[in-house]
Amino acid sequence: MTDHAAAVPHAPAPLGGRLVTPVTVALAALSLAAAVVLVFRFVYGLGAVTNINDGFPWGIWIVYDVMVGSAFACGGYAIALLVYIFNKGEYHPLVRPALLASLFGYTLAGISVIFDLGRYWNFWHIFWPGYAQMNSVMFEVAVCISLYILVMWIEFSPAFLDKLGMGAVKKKISRLMFLFIALGVLLPSMHQSSLGSLLVVFGSQIHPLWQAGYLLPLEYLMTAVLLGFAVVVFEATLVSIGFKRPMETPLLARLAKFIWGLLIAYLVVRIGDLVLRGAIVNAFHVTLESFWFWIEMICFAVPAWLLAAPAGRGNPGRLFFAALLLMAGGFLLRINGFLVGYETGAGWHYFPSLPELVVTVGMISFEILAYIVFVKTLPVLPAQSAPH
Amino acid sequence: MDRRDFFKLSLAGGAMLAAGADPALARESRTISPDALGLLYDSTLCVGCKACVSACKEANDMPPEFLPKTEQPYWDEPLDISGKTLTVIRVYQNGTMEKKDQEQNGYAFIKKSCMHCVDPSCISACPVSAMQKDPVTGIVSHNKDACIGCRYCVAACPFGVPRFTYDQTFPQISKCQLCRHRMKDGKYSACAEVCPTGATLYGKVSDLKQEAARRRALPPGSATVYPRGRLGGPDQSYPGVAAKYVDHLYGEKEFGGTQMIMLAGVPFEKLGYPDLPPRSDAVKSETLQHGLYGGMVMPLAFLGVLAYAAKRNVKDEDEEEERKGGRHD
Repeated sequence: MTDHAAAVPHAPAPLGGRLVTPVTVALAALSLAAAVVLVFRFVYGLGAVTNINDGFPWGIWIVYDVMVGSAFACGGYAIALLVYIFNKGEYHPLVRPALLASLFGYTLAGISVIFDLGRYWNFWHIFWPGYAQMNSVMFEVAVCISLYILVMWIEFSPAFLDKLGMGAVKKKISRLMFLFIALGVLLPSMHQSSLGSLLVVFGSQIHPLWQAGYLLPLEYLMTAVLLGFAVVVFEATLVSIGFKRPMETPLLARLAKFIWGLLIAYLVVRIGDLVLRGAIVNAFHVTLESFWFWIEMICFAVPAWLLAAPAGRGNPGRLFFAALLLMAGGFLLRINGFLVGYETGAGWHYFPSLPELVVTVGMISFEILAYIVFVKTLPVLPAQSAPH
Repeated sequence: MDRRDFFKLSLAGGAMLAAGADPALARESRTISPDALGLLYDSTLCVGCKACVSACKEANDMPPEFLPKTEQPYWDEPLDISGKTLTVIRVYQNGTMEKKDQEQNGYAFIKKSCMHCVDPSCISACPVSAMQKDPVTGIVSHNKDACIGCRYCVAACPFGVPRFTYDQTFPQISKCQLCRHRMKDGKYSACAEVCPTGATLYGKVSDLKQEAARRRALPPGSATVYPRGRLGGPDQSYPGVAAKYVDHLYGEKEFGGTQMIMLAGVPFEKLGYPDLPPRSDAVKSETLQHGLYGGMVMPLAFLGVLAYAAKRNVKDEDEEEERKGGRHD
């Protein structure tokens, strides 16, 4: 069967190979450390392991694990948009690996929410008529992310339904796949923008450099797609190096053209808003906020320069560096908006505790571990046409 | 669909989004109930005895709080409201602290507790209706059995009021609920009930506003009478001297209005109260959400376009793959 699949160009096939390697063992150890911290969290409460407080009720378990984590998991969304909506079939080989990374990213972001919810045993209230409060941005985010996780598992199911001997189900799902693909583009558009809308109700508690009001959803949506593409470049490069496969540079270089266009559009919106609101003056005051603002802007501006010319886009090193910077920029936009730029009153401080960081690192490790196991055992990555 | 079509569509979507932000479609600000209940806190009458803090603890069955470095913890000594403390009296100090209610070289007391906003951010933020506003009394209440502990209310409140018990295995939100649990016994807010000077006064917000207007109209230094406890309740008034106020009834206009209103001799900014716009951010947030998701019109229209494009492009691909697969067989 694998031989047959390999005969079809770009058809995905399992990589095979050993599952127990020094890398996977290290990743498993880090995941285990996170699990230990989480036991303490559930026995002794959030305060026992985190530094969150009433001035910073949201720490990195929300702002990184959920907000940045889900934005980093937008590869599947961004590629689906390109392949199925803009009909750019040549990017098809990127679909499955990107979708798999998104699947893990989102599933873990969803699970992380439970770790952070103080009264997690009530979480089902969000979906329950009578409790559900539809004016809440949080309601929209929670429902939309949950549905998207479900949709992604369905989108990915053809990769494992065959293995489970459920060919009939696979056929049925394949017939409706266009609908799941459409939902798989709609839902992230909704909740990734809403993650920005969460800040609207905070009003003047958010520093003017990040309180973009009605433009917040647009800015968060644009950067989510940008991050999605950047992560695809990042992952494709790492997979090529890590699994000793040929680089997909020509394909990624073409993708980089889209990234560049979207990046310019984002910069116009972001800077235009700051200028129109007059908030830009804050960037020239010497404050912690303005410092982090400039770092964030540099992370977006340098890729705009790196990817401007075809020569830059065709250079795998430059491309990878630009992707890294974009990921850092999207990370900073969220960290700055929700933590650096948040102030509810004087005298509050927050910096993540060691156990908080252990959980976040552990979650990332678990995600990479699961990704490695999946691509080795399931048809995810395109089979290599020429035998080595 | 080619790129040009998509851009046209995006523009149309943008126009709809802009329409969503149009004031004509905006979510209206909530207005205050004629029977709304609240507190009038007069900083110039407060003597800082903290009887209110103690009575609040007792009425709400909250545990005492000790300063981290206290060697012999004998009494409750909260510095701020918290998961264990619903109200505190804090002090403003400047320079030599000679004179009460004076900004320079003076001092002043200030109460901190839930403002019971007319249009509260916490209610707009809460995804599970755990925060509720009583349609008659306007009291902003919290139902811990509905709460999922997401703390969006804690982050959203501009006054930093809802607090959370992070140190508990099974934590909960705490906030002042104006002693609504005592009302069935004919009682009212414990803080106002015990206040010896009437600095914290309970009553209908409309009456409290009248009382505030009366005080502000008095020439400073003139003789007057101050009610205590509950406006409209048994007469517990006592004679006093009119104070010199800053020209500001805090909570009258701030953030769409609040049901705890305050008078002081020192600017409220110095007393730790934020300078807020006249409209609640809940209005803005809900206007945005209604504009984007009202009737699910935009999401469904977008889904239709996406499904159409996906259907066409996925089919092409299947056929292509089958063709190619067939050739290779």
